[in-house]
Amino acid sequence: MNPSERVEPAERVEAVFPEHHYLNAGTTVRSWLLTRDHKRIGVMFLVAVILALLLGGTFALLLRFEHLTPGPTYVSAVTYNRLFTLHGVIMVWFFLIPAIPSVFGNFFIPIMIGAKDVAFPRLNLASLYIYMFGAAFTTWSMIHGGADTGWTFYTPYSTSTSTVVAPMLLGIFILGFSTIVTGINFIVTIHTMRGPGLSWMRLPLFVWAIYGTSIIQVLATPVLGLVLLLVGVEHLFGFGLFDPARGGDPILFQHLFWFYSHPAVYIMILPAMGVISETVAAAARKNVFGYKAVAYSSLGIAFVGFFTWGHHMFVAGQGVFDAGAFGVLSMFVGIFTAIKVFTWVGTLYRGAIRFTTPFAYICGFLFFLVFGGMTGIAVATVSLDVHWHDTYFVVAHFHFIMVGAAMMGFLAALHYWFPKMFGRTYHEGWGLVSATLIILGFNATFIPQFLLGNMGMPRRYYDYPARFQSLHVASTAGSTLLFFGFVIIFIYLALALKYGRAAGRNPWGSRGFEWETPSPPPLHNFEKLPVFTHGPHEYQGTTEVPHAA
Amino acid sequence: MRPEGHVQEHFANIEVQRQAARLGMWTFLATEILLFAGLFAAYAEYRSLFHQAFVLGARHLDAMMATVETAVLITGSFAVVMAHHYAKSSKAGMTCLSLLAAAATGLAFLMLHGIEYWHHFEEGALPGKYYSFPEIQAVGASMFFTLYFLMTGLHSLHVMAGVGVLTWLAWRAAGGAFSNNNYNAVEMGGLYWHLVDLIWIFLFPLLYLV
Repeated sequence: MNPSERVEPAERVEAVFPEHHYLNAGTTVRSWLLTRDHKRIGVMFLVAVILALLLGGTFALLLRFEHLTPGPTYVSAVTYNRLFTLHGVIMVWFFLIPAIPSVFGNFFIPIMIGAKDVAFPRLNLASLYIYMFGAAFTTWSMIHGGADTGWTFYTPYSTSTSTVVAPMLLGIFILGFSTIVTGINFIVTIHTMRGPGLSWMRLPLFVWAIYGTSIIQVLATPVLGLVLLLVGVEHLFGFGLFDPARGGDPILFQHLFWFYSHPAVYIMILPAMGVISETVAAAARKNVFGYKAVAYSSLGIAFVGFFTWGHHMFVAGQGVFDAGAFGVLSMFVGIFTAIKVFTWVGTLYRGAIRFTTPFAYICGFLFFLVFGGMTGIAVATVSLDVHWHDTYFVVAHFHFIMVGAAMMGFLAALHYWFPKMFGRTYHEGWGLVSATLIILGFNATFIPQFLLGNMGMPRRYYDYPARFQSLHVASTAGSTLLFFGFVIIFIYLALALKYGRAAGRNPWGSRGFEWETPSPPPLHNFEKLPVFTHGPHEYQGTTEVPHAA
Repeated sequence: MRPEGHVQEHFANIEVQRQAARLGMWTFLATEILLFAGLFAAYAEYRSLFHQAFVLGARHLDAMMATVETAVLITGSFAVVMAHHYAKSSKAGMTCLSLLAAAATGLAFLMLHGIEYWHHFEEGALPGKYYSFPEIQAVGASMFFTLYFLMTGLHSLHVMAGVGVLTWLAWRAAGGAFSNNNYNAVEMGGLYWHLVDLIWIFLFPLLYLV
């Protein structure tokens, strides 16, 4: 990796698909199911989360279609409640939480730090199976038992509803183990397995983001586990822990639930921020502006994220002082996020930008993050939140962050790293078309929801007054666009797997460490173990070849 | 786990492998602490709401029995430390014996706690809607027993898991799996057992003494 090696003339001519790589290192089903290779586990997670996205997205579409007309359109009110529970649980725990860490974190963390695998490969495989089992069990129990509590399963409703809740809680409890195991694995891997020359201040920013995420995963998820246990016990045995009739306090449930579930939002968005830090540098062909600021702000978000949970409970009988404190603490997240946004924009400034598919998603990400973030500051303001609480305004806000921004991060990662993971390139034109569809569709879906919320449309309501109909129809139309965008992605990526041109080692001309190894990488990641002599985003003065092949 | 004596392929050397295991275990212990932290938070809230009932409840619990249980658990922790020491000096027989002794203290703890539970079942000092104990009628008395059973119950589940781990380690020690350059698993199991012990050290005063 010394400067003289940077230009490899062979790549200028034509990229060759390597003969031996992790994908053909064993072709039996068994070699996949019992693998300990972090890359294969990442690929299997990718398949799983795409299935989850499809499932959760289908439920979202069904919900949107129900809202085409006021009153009953085609499902009953009870079915509607079950649908939004399915949508929420599947999207939060099956897709958003594992989407980037378990897929791209698994695949790229060891490669980026020069390790042959994660620290505990067998636990890593276990985390995949725990996830699969938990997801299957939860889905089955929700469809079979008809849980109608929403993904937040607030007490006392969740402990008194006649639908079957406990198995769903058990399923999510199981999923939590997968998150924890992945988090522990990454923390230990990043601490102990960095290659020679790779100091903390040379870590790729994606690794920093995953590190921050892992800390949240490890520290917040057990509290969720406890909440799930308590609600389950309450539902089954009636110990009265959250039951006011027996001196219990339902607000305590909300505190414990949001102590996990607010940091969980940062489990979703921090990895996406990491992806953007990587792709911004590669797209602009410039050093990341303010590396340390980006790295430390990830930890800042991870830290302050633990002290903001009360902003979900401004109208739940909170003291004025508490509400104010939680409101201000929440705004600190905005400061750390703004630091990142400024550094990304600073990186793009006067960069040699190529408008590729990942770059389209970077643009989408910046828009959604800033828009969603600013409305976040708005709802963290106590007096404003009293008006917007539990309306579509909040729904639109968190979809902008959790879906808009996090999804942009996921798609940017998928398109940026697809050539590395599978060694082939996809159709750039279709990539841009679907990115446009998705970004436009997303705006068309959720901007009307901001307006609806501001007009007073409460979340999770089956019915609405006729004057809201035009905005609901606009939102549904947008969600259809969004859906078609995903269908197109699915088609051209599937085609690229088989017919795509060989990508070559480094199709983006990126300086990221993962591009030093062949695409797809060999079984143990490297032809020879790397020695790190430069930072991960150092573009100045390099002659790395863009778009070889 | 495979024998730690040989370095797994993806680690640079045995020291890195040991360090990884240690850091992984400590991180796992942090998750355990946060699992219990939720219950401690609930305890703090309900104690401040129902102070009277909690004082009466604590006074009613068998502090003598709990003291014995505490002593039993601490003895177990000592046995685990000895097991670690013997494993480090490659004494397979003594390692196995110490681990078995530690597992036995775990079982003894569970039995003593079972007796406690049985008393409470008999007198009706039970959680939530099952509460029918005439002697303490203060508001929130049932909540004290809800928390008592939840906290000690979750802890006892951890003791059971610990007994399983220690027995498994003893079985492996008997097979000569540990030696002076290969005692990582004993250390990890020991750390877990100490944590289980430590959580009890917090439960004991909060539930029985204050």
